[in-house]
Amino acid sequence: MSAKATVIDYGSGNIFSISHALEHSGATIELTADPKRLAEAERLVLPGVGAFGKAMEQLRACNFIEPILRFVETGRPFLGICVGMQVMMDYGEEFGRQDGLGLVAGHVSAIPPTDADGAPHPVPHIGWNALDATEQDWQGTILDRVGPETAVYFVHSFAAVPDSQGHILATCDYGSRPVTAAITKDNMVGTQFHPEKSGPAGLRILENFIASA
Amino acid sequence: MPRRRSLYWPHNMLKMRIIPCLDVHDGRVVKGVNFVDLVDAGDPVEQATIYDAQGADELCFLDITATHEGRESMYEVIRRTADVCFMPLTVGGGVRTTEDVRNLLLAGADKVSINTTAVTRPEFVAEAAEKFGRQCIVVAIDAKRTAPGRFEIFTHGGRAPTGIEAIGWAERMVELGAGEILLTSVDREGTRKGFDIALTRAVADAVRVPVIASGGMGTFEHLLKVTQDGHAHAVAMAHVLHYGETKVGEVRAHALAAGLPVRAA
Repeated sequence: MSAKATVIDYGSGNIFSISHALEHSGATIELTADPKRLAEAERLVLPGVGAFGKAMEQLRACNFIEPILRFVETGRPFLGICVGMQVMMDYGEEFGRQDGLGLVAGHVSAIPPTDADGAPHPVPHIGWNALDATEQDWQGTILDRVGPETAVYFVHSFAAVPDSQGHILATCDYGSRPVTAAITKDNMVGTQFHPEKSGPAGLRILENFIASA
Repeated sequence: MPRRRSLYWPHNMLKMRIIPCLDVHDGRVVKGVNFVDLVDAGDPVEQATIYDAQGADELCFLDITATHEGRESMYEVIRRTADVCFMPLTVGGGVRTTEDVRNLLLAGADKVSINTTAVTRPEFVAEAAEKFGRQCIVVAIDAKRTAPGRFEIFTHGGRAPTGIEAIGWAERMVELGAGEILLTSVDREGTRKGFDIALTRAVADAVRVPVIASGGMGTFEHLLKVTQDGHAHAVAMAHVLHYGETKVGEVRAHALAAGLPVRAA
């Protein structure tokens, strides 16, 4: 029997791409808008696009907050993608300070409009950028068999800033500054980039997540 | 480890993108030169899958259907493509309302490209960017050389002059909310004689968003020239790929060999 992944449908953008990519990576998908289904999930995927506050508001309106927190306590694998990763943090600063899920200590702040030399650069950060290693070993993580320098696809204007370097699994270089690309803590991982849009590398990352237990 | 940056590449650390473009009419790929004399060239999803396998960085569909039925078949093409292709997908053609943008995004497009409506109603670009975020709004500009050093915007597949000067127009579009400019040289479109370097460079240097150069790709040398001299962030190509003579993988290999920062697929 193939591994199962539950994808949370809380009205935040296109969840079909991630569902198809997970299926392509070998998982059986349950798309759910019902918070009660989370108790039975084997592994959970929280996608998300748009603004931090809006995503939290929708999670709250759909009564997903408590079930997500309870799911994470079970120790089963959890993956947040893009804004789904950002809301794992304590708070965000997009359109004023907004509380997040508080699963990982830290916050989410805007990508500076200038690079490290003070020259203006485009925000949002859109496109293929290479993953850089941090002090974390990628072996056994979602980045297993995905080498540093592998390019993945980003679309975002805000980025997570975890309090602990130990929670940063990978960064990417944008304007000569490191931007958090992936985070990890216990049974949780999050990717700022979109694995479902990152070609073969993205599919490998999803395969790794599906293989995790 | 510092990365090698021997050649001109000012675009932070982002990779240069190779983007196959498909013109779609009533759910089928069509080909023509200078937007006319269209012939059927197969199933868009089939071709998208091939480009995906070859390591394209992004796909671009241009819906050149005018009818409502054609529009419905386009949604179906996007849905089927998003089922099998795991890369960003940009869709344009006949986008007039925020409802059109929403429908394309819901069908599975990552970005929507606006062309004629940006000319007839520029504030639409701002409305769309506000509603969906500038990251998914591309403004497509078809520009033609009308005098030495002067480029003007054309609409209706490059047939209708507007009298609007292209460089200032691109700047205005970015101010209104364009997250990216898809810049097509009407003169070079379908000719395989190389990109319009002067046009591309003028626009790329004027705006702070990525510029996708389109129209004229024929040889690997053209690709090198439009990124090095034209300052393009991404390169769109159609004819050179569609006729099967060149593969995305070969384009990428040449770009890598030349030191361009393309994604190692």
